[in-house]
Amino acid sequence: MSAIFFLIGCSVFIALIFLAAFFWANKTGQHDDTYTPSIRMLFEDEVEEDKTENKIT
Amino acid sequence: MAVGSKASKDIRCFHCGDAVMHAGFTADGHDFCCVGCQSVYRILSGNNMQQYYRYNTHPGKKKTEHGNRYEYLDESVIADKLVDFKNEEITVVTFYVPAIHCSSCIWLLEHLYKLNPAVVRAQSDFMKKQVNITFKHGELPIRGLVELLDDIGYAPKITLQDVVKAGRKFSQSGLIAKIAVAGFCFGNSMMLSFPEYFGMAAFEAKYATFFGWMNFAFSLPVLLYSGRDYFTSAWHSLRQQQLNLDVPLALGIAVLFVRTAWEVFSGSGPGFADTLCGLVFFLLVGRWVQQRTYHHISFERDYRSYFPVAVTRIIDGVMKPIPLADIRVGDRLLVRNGEIVPADAILLKGNADVDFSFVTGESEPVRKVLGEIIYAGGRQRGEAIELEVVKAVSQSYLTQLWNNEAFKPYERKFRTFSNVVSRYFTVALLAIAISAMGYWFFQGNATKAWGAFTAVLIIGCPCALALSGPFALSAALSIFDRNRFYVKNTAAIEQLAAIDCLVFDKTGTISSPNASRMHFNGELTPDERAMVVAAAQNSNHPLSRELVNWGGPVAPMCVSSFQEVTGQGIKAVVAGHDVRVGSHAFVGAVHTSGDAVRGSHAFMAIDGHVKGCLVATQPWRPQLVEVIGHLAKDYELSLVSGDHDKDREHLRVIFPKRSTLLFNRLPIEKLEYIRTLQGGDKTVCMFGDGLNDAGALKQADLGVAVSDDINNFSPGCDAVLDGRSFPRLPRFFAFAKDVRKVIHMSFGISLVYNVIGLSFAVMGAMSPLFAAILMPLSTVTIIGFTTMATRMYAARQQLTDNVL
Repeated sequence: MSAIFFLIGCSVFIALIFLAAFFWANKTGQHDDTYTPSIRMLFEDEVEEDKTENKIT
Repeated sequence: MAVGSKASKDIRCFHCGDAVMHAGFTADGHDFCCVGCQSVYRILSGNNMQQYYRYNTHPGKKKTEHGNRYEYLDESVIADKLVDFKNEEITVVTFYVPAIHCSSCIWLLEHLYKLNPAVVRAQSDFMKKQVNITFKHGELPIRGLVELLDDIGYAPKITLQDVVKAGRKFSQSGLIAKIAVAGFCFGNSMMLSFPEYFGMAAFEAKYATFFGWMNFAFSLPVLLYSGRDYFTSAWHSLRQQQLNLDVPLALGIAVLFVRTAWEVFSGSGPGFADTLCGLVFFLLVGRWVQQRTYHHISFERDYRSYFPVAVTRIIDGVMKPIPLADIRVGDRLLVRNGEIVPADAILLKGNADVDFSFVTGESEPVRKVLGEIIYAGGRQRGEAIELEVVKAVSQSYLTQLWNNEAFKPYERKFRTFSNVVSRYFTVALLAIAISAMGYWFFQGNATKAWGAFTAVLIIGCPCALALSGPFALSAALSIFDRNRFYVKNTAAIEQLAAIDCLVFDKTGTISSPNASRMHFNGELTPDERAMVVAAAQNSNHPLSRELVNWGGPVAPMCVSSFQEVTGQGIKAVVAGHDVRVGSHAFVGAVHTSGDAVRGSHAFMAIDGHVKGCLVATQPWRPQLVEVIGHLAKDYELSLVSGDHDKDREHLRVIFPKRSTLLFNRLPIEKLEYIRTLQGGDKTVCMFGDGLNDAGALKQADLGVAVSDDINNFSPGCDAVLDGRSFPRLPRFFAFAKDVRKVIHMSFGISLVYNVIGLSFAVMGAMSPLFAAILMPLSTVTIIGFTTMATRMYAARQQLTDNVL
C-alpha cells in the first residue's frame, strides 16, 4: 500500500512541471498577444517567390 | 454631395476603397483615388508584394496627413527615447501604428524585410495596434525606418507621452502567477481531500494524517504568496479606520488557515485546506476579471501626447530639430503648415492662420498679425511661420490648466457598492461570531465555542459578494466595448449609474466635426462647377477639400495658372476663365447674406461675376434632439462651450428650458462650473472632446471624451465614446443602472447562502465537506447569475446586437 505515497509524489511532481511550464510561458510573453497569431497562421508561405527574390538581391 | 455619390459608386480606389473622384491615377489597370494610394501600390508591386491586396479588398487607408517630417529622429537624444533595446548591430523599437486594422496590415508589416533587407524581424500586435521591429541601424537609421512606414501608409504615432511604454506598466503577470499557484494548490488539495469526504476505514488512518500534512503544505504558498495582497490591503484599510471588503476576506483566510493548522497538528480533523485554496483562487480570478481591459486605449493622455516630439529651432539661420523640453524663452522657432505651436510665442515672420479648434472649441481659424502672441496648441494652416518663444512649454496658457489642483495626482476614489456594504457586513459578521462563541462558552462547551467562532468567520467570508461586482461589471464593460463606448475600468461603470447631472461641450461633442454639411447659395452651370473644382483641387485648405467633395466627379479642366493667397482665397485660370474662390472681399462680393453667419463660407466668382457662396456648417450629431429629449427626463443638463453664442437660439430649442447654456467659456471656467455643480451636491458627468475640456473632464465625477477616431488624441478621461454611438447614450445610462441592479440582486443571493451557512455554523456543526461544497456552489451561482443577468439586461436595452 505504500505505493500510494510514491504515486502521490509522482502526481505532485508532474503537476509542478506543468506549473513551471505555465510560468515559463507567461514570462516569455506567450499570453501577451492572443489574437494576432490566429491571423498570422493563415498567411500563405511564398516559397517560390522568396527564392526568385533572393536571386535578384 | 448627392450629385457626386451616384456616379462614383462604380469606381472604388483599389488601395483604400474610397470613391474615385477624378480619373488619372491608375497603375496595372487599377484605379486610385489619389497620388498617395497610387504610390503605395507602386512601392508594393515593385517589391513583389501584391499579396497585400489578396487578403482583403481595399486594405489600405487613405493618407490624411502628407509631408510628415522626421528630421528630428536623426537627433540621437530624441530617437534614443523611442528605442527598446540597442547594441552595436541591431535596434529594437516598438511603434504605435493607428492604421493597423486588418490581416493585410499584419502581413505587410511582418514582411517589411522584403521592402528593406535591413529589417531583421517585425512582429505586430493587432489588438494593441503595435509593431515591434528589429533592424540593423548601420544600414537603416531609425528615421529611414519611420519614413518607410510612412511611405506605405503606416505612419507610427510618435508623441512625447509614450503610450506604448505606459501601456506596459499595467502588466498583470504578477496576478496571473498568483492565480496559477492558487489553482495548482487548489487542485492538488482537493484531490487529497476526496478520500476524507468519501469516508476512510480505520486501517487507513495513517493516510489521513499524511493527507492532512500534504494539505497543510499546499495551503502555505496560498496563504503566504497568493493571498498576501488581501492581508496588506486589509491592514491598510484598518489603519485608515475603514472597513473595506478585504477585511472580512483576510479574516476568513486567516481563520481558515489557523483552524486547518490546528486540526492537522493536533490530529483532530482534516482541516479546510481545499476550501482555503479554492477561496483564494476564486477571489483572485475575480480580481483578474475586474482588472482585465478589453481595449488598448490610453485614458491618461494629456497635452504631451497632443504636442509634437520635436520642434524646429532656428539659430543663426540654421534649422535644427530639438526636443520639446529643450525650448527656452527667446528661442526662434519655425512652424510649418499643419504643425502645432508648442509654446506661447510672438509671431515674427509670415502669415499666421491658426486653427485653435482643439484648444478653444472655436471652429474657425484665427488670423494673427506680426508681433501678436500666439498661444500654444494652435495648428498653423498655410505657410511656414517664425516665432519667438515667450513662455516655457509647461507655463503656457494651455498647459497651465494642468497645474490646477484637479490635476494633482491622486487615486480617484469611486464609492463602489461593495465598499459601502462591506462596512456593515464586517460588523455584523463579527457580532454573530462573537455571540455564537459567547453562547457556547456559557454553555460550558469551550471546544464548540471555538468551533462555532471559526466556522462563522469561514462560512461568512464574503467570497460571493466580492465576486458579484467584478463579474457583473466586466460583462457590462465588454458590452459597452462592443457598442463603441470604451470605459476605463469597472468602477467607472458604477459611477455612471450614480450620475445625476450631465454637462456637454458643443463643438466636436454634440456637433460632428468631420461631416460638415454644405449648402450652396447661388447657381452654377455644370461647366462652372467643373472650373471651380479644378481650381480648388490645387489647394490644401480644408474648405477647398470640402469644395472638391461637394463638387463631386467632374470632367477634368486645364488649370493654366494658380495662386493661393493665404487667409483670403485662391485665384486660378481654368480653361481661359479667371476663377476666384475665397472670402467675400477677395472675390468682390457684398457680404449681406444672413445665412453665412454660422459656419465657414467660400464665395466664388468666375470672370469677375460672383456666382454664389458655399456654406459649410457643422451639423449636430444625428438624433441629438432625441438623445437630449431622453436624457432630460432623468438628468439635469447643461452646455458649456468655448465657442461664441451664434447657436444659442438653436440650442435653446433642443435643450429643455430649465437647462443652463453657457458660451465663451475659458477652459478654467469650464472646470469651475463643474466644481460649482458638485458643490451643489450633484454627481456630474462631463462630455467633451478637446484639450479645452481636459480640466472639466478631470474635475467631473465621470469624464467622457467624445471622439470620432478613437486612435486620435483624446484628453485624459474615464471613458471614450465613439461619435457614431452618440445616439445610444440614453441606453448606456439606463444599462449602467441595470448593472447596478444586478449587483444588488447578486448580493441578495449571496446573503441567502450566508444565512444558510451561518445557521449551521453557529450550531458549531460545520464539517469540512459542507464548507467545501457551499463555497464553490455559491461562487458558481453568483458568477452564472451576474453574467447572465447582465447580458439579459443588455439585450433588453438592445445593446447586444453587434454593430459595425
